[in-house]
Amino acid sequence: MSIKIGTKTYADRIQDGIDNTFMRQAVSSAQGRFRTGRLSAAEELGDWEEWRTLGSEIRQHTMENLDYYLHQLSEQVEKRGGTVFFAKTAEEANEYVQKIAREKEAKKIVKSKSMVTEEIGLNEALQESGCEVVESDLGEWILQLDEDPPSHIVTPALHKNREQIRKTFVEKKGYTGSDQPEELAAFAREQLRKDFLSADIGVTGCNFAVAESGAVTLVTNEGNARMVTALPDTQISVMGMERIVPTWQDLEVVVSLLTRAAVGQKLTSYITALTGTKLEGEVDGPEDFHLVVVDNGRSKILGTEFQSALHCIRCAACINVCPVYRHVGGHSYGSIYPGPIGAVLTPLLDGYEDHKDLPYASTLCGACTEACPVKIPLHEQLIRHREIIIEREHMGSKAEAVMMKGYAKWASHSAAYKLSTKMAHTALSPWTTDDYIEKGPGPLKGWTDSRDFPAPAKQSFRSWYKQREKRRSNE
Amino acid sequence: MTIHHRESFLEGLADQLGRPRKTTVEPPAYSVKPQERVLAGASPDELVDVLEKQCEFIHTSFEKATVETLPQTIRAILNGNDVTRVVAAGGPRNQVSGMDQFYDQLRTEGLEVLVWDEQQGREQVTFAEKAGAGIVFSDLTLAESGTVTLFNDRYNGRSISLLPETFIAIIPKSTLVPRMTQAARLIHSQEAKGNPVSSCVSFVTGPSNSADIEMNLIVGVHGPVKAAYIVVGDL
Repeated sequence: MSIKIGTKTYADRIQDGIDNTFMRQAVSSAQGRFRTGRLSAAEELGDWEEWRTLGSEIRQHTMENLDYYLHQLSEQVEKRGGTVFFAKTAEEANEYVQKIAREKEAKKIVKSKSMVTEEIGLNEALQESGCEVVESDLGEWILQLDEDPPSHIVTPALHKNREQIRKTFVEKKGYTGSDQPEELAAFAREQLRKDFLSADIGVTGCNFAVAESGAVTLVTNEGNARMVTALPDTQISVMGMERIVPTWQDLEVVVSLLTRAAVGQKLTSYITALTGTKLEGEVDGPEDFHLVVVDNGRSKILGTEFQSALHCIRCAACINVCPVYRHVGGHSYGSIYPGPIGAVLTPLLDGYEDHKDLPYASTLCGACTEACPVKIPLHEQLIRHREIIIEREHMGSKAEAVMMKGYAKWASHSAAYKLSTKMAHTALSPWTTDDYIEKGPGPLKGWTDSRDFPAPAKQSFRSWYKQREKRRSNE
Repeated sequence: MTIHHRESFLEGLADQLGRPRKTTVEPPAYSVKPQERVLAGASPDELVDVLEKQCEFIHTSFEKATVETLPQTIRAILNGNDVTRVVAAGGPRNQVSGMDQFYDQLRTEGLEVLVWDEQQGREQVTFAEKAGAGIVFSDLTLAESGTVTLFNDRYNGRSISLLPETFIAIIPKSTLVPRMTQAARLIHSQEAKGNPVSSCVSFVTGPSNSADIEMNLIVGVHGPVKAAYIVVGDL
């Protein structure tokens, strides 16, 4: 996989999303629960706005001094017996991990959930080198068995129902149980235990690295990340270069924001901070530790007006409040990063060419900006993307250009404007029933396919006002 | 060589930021510190109450004990879960708390008890995988979130709190602090003094869980299925 998923067009992906009734219902109920969880956790903590300010200041300070902190991190990891590889591209990162796998003669690699490894397509790279790769997060495992991309960055299999999951387990793993979530999860526990115990290498992502001590911190609930880092002899952690904080005190603040904003928990079941290799006398933990720091387009964002997009702590709060995501679901974005943050980040990381529609997948209501625990001005960045798409990239659609030209001509002549407001009611009357247009012609069709449009009033406001003034002066 | 391609990578970042590479950075003065007000000034007893309340939300049973009653409290949990194999953290705290004698007693009753010992090697992981319960001492306990902090080391293997079905944490009352803020501060000050942090700091909050299937909360996924905290008043 890479950032881009699938080959369908934006319009087709959206249609698929809209037609998927189960997914839409699941997303809407999940959004409700995530949102309530976040709001009550924030309220219970108190001073949420101050917390957001602090989170934003920490992220800003870190990005402004990113070279310094990454240097410090690599020094600390080295001190603790680890190896650090700085990868400019996805290919460099994958080749390095492949090289380690070859050196270790690894057959089985077990992974905990990581968005950056999805982004660089690490699984495919390792499979090409002949390794068996097992995703161990329950949601990711389901998707891996079904060869399906994630649709949410926190609950990746949100679009699947229990019957689909049962079917996948039956077909791919010989499962014979019911579709009860507990029974499905118990089966996954039993199956994956064997993988944890027999894997040669454990691969993790990284929620936050801590520069001062060289720790890689993983925020999880299932316990799989602990398995992946306690049992295999080799641990490889892959991090986006911006996933770092200066100190433990900063870590504590961003973790407090992340767990609340993501799932409404005070802390998740496991916050695990792993530093280098196991120490002398320790029985479990890795003998060999590698940290791969990935750029893959991130540095192009640094020093630009979009820098704050790198502040993202991957909590999905913006996704959980987005009215567009609610209706079209994660796969419609055609990116492993969906929702508002996905619409901001994807064109920055992977270019406008394939993703020029994403900044338009927003109502610009600003709910995302309000929800963001580190105050990224998401909807403003979406507007800026739109400006760039039209003005710099000249990627606006032809129809839009013709329409805007026509509109400019029409609206700048008062006679034409007046005439059309006068005519609108009569002109649209063939499509009007009870003052509403249900199946509109031409450009109205896109709107009226899913909802009614109010018919233009018989009388324009200007003419009504004129008449009223006349009446008043006569009285 | 253990650090690859660093210089060109970091030079590129500095270029993007429009300035030369930074070799020192002043610690920033952030404008607000809301984390320091949470449960500020709470007494140890109040922190115990906060922890007890939080246990209701994290699917964790909560008990209070003294050094004298600790063995019977643990025994009740083991019996309640039909545990016949126990893996426990080693180290000097087992003597102070009387756990050493208790484990001997359990052995005479026919239970298999493994006290973690660096000399014994990887077979202990295999044992832990088959054990019904893992018993550890909390190093720092975060009242707000109901979190047991484990500085995993030669005495406290990572597997003990991870592989068995039931996770039992002995919580000396003296280890209670308001929240993660205090744990982070301690680790930060130790780092500054040149005492490097444990290779694995595990902040454990209740049993493992997942909401990956239709957003249903499932307690007990890869890690422990059950969790029990015992606060020991005189430790």
